[in-house]
Amino acid sequence: MSFFDYFKSKKNNRSASVAKERLQIIVAHERGQREQPDYLPALQKELLEVIRKYVQISDDMVQVEVDRNDSCSVLELNVTLPEH
Amino acid sequence: MARIIVVTSGKGGVGKTTTSASISTGLAKRGHKTVVIDFDVGLRNLDLIMNCERRVVYDFVNVIQGEATLNQALIRDKRVDTLYILPASQTREKEALTKDGVEKVINELSERFDYIVCDSPAGIEHGALMALYYADEAIVVTNPEVSSVRDSDRILGILQSKSRRAEMGQDPVKEHLLLSRYNPDRVQRGEMLSVADVEEILAIPLLGVIPESQVVLNASNQGLPVILEEDSDAGQAYEDAVARLLGEEREHRFMSSQKKGFFSRMFKGG
Repeated sequence: MSFFDYFKSKKNNRSASVAKERLQIIVAHERGQREQPDYLPALQKELLEVIRKYVQISDDMVQVEVDRNDSCSVLELNVTLPEH
Repeated sequence: MARIIVVTSGKGGVGKTTTSASISTGLAKRGHKTVVIDFDVGLRNLDLIMNCERRVVYDFVNVIQGEATLNQALIRDKRVDTLYILPASQTREKEALTKDGVEKVINELSERFDYIVCDSPAGIEHGALMALYYADEAIVVTNPEVSSVRDSDRILGILQSKSRRAEMGQDPVKEHLLLSRYNPDRVQRGEMLSVADVEEILAIPLLGVIPESQVVLNASNQGLPVILEEDSDAGQAYEDAVARLLGEEREHRFMSSQKKGFFSRMFKGG
């Protein structure tokens, strides 16, 4: 076994770099969520209810995010309306 | 006033108890009065790793609930006489660790000891939150592996938002990365995240790198904190980590693979 392993190891794909890349993406994403204010889920729920008075949309069609810059924060609201 | 150090990780099985045992033993060996507390109510294991499982009479929860005094519950280590162990309860509910109860015990310990090491349970539930709440410093034990690194980042977020220091708006908990189960050969072959990779992702200062070593299992089999295996690589790596925790400058060791000849790689599987 060990004889063949010696040659096999040369061809090993570098899985560590894949791990690093995946981690950088997920960790950045989760850190972004962590910094979101606590009221965001409640805000999203209420907005959804208001919009539903006029248009039927599903839960995932409203997205609320806060972008923070140095001087100000921007509340970003994305509503996808259903096709007619 | 004692320095309160939590050993935490989020993920289970990465070496929190091994680290708590070795760090507390290392601090005590240098003459500091040290107590190590097991916060893993219901799944206590620090007593086994420290070889005092048959000397447990009273536990942490007994003290919180006034059923025993601290002196009755504290177990004095047989090898290092400035070291004491406060075992977790094996039978109670995790909720028995109340914030006020834990604070009372920690305040009392704080008057008698230089260092209080809190061995956190895995997860981010009540027990883990209690273990980190009063911490001044945190040793985040991480394996070079995706789920461990992600969970470490999660626990860092919790330290920064839910610890007492965060809630009171004090200086943040001082964070230390302890990378354990490190295999330089696999790193060199591109199969394992390197120290630099993990440091870059978590962005906290490196306290030490503990090489993956058979000595660790051998030591825990015998109830010996691995730092007392003074000739071993893992033992020396913990010794270095303790020195750095106390502010000494030590160069990092055991991070590169031992060079092996062509023949030993062929016949021992490199």
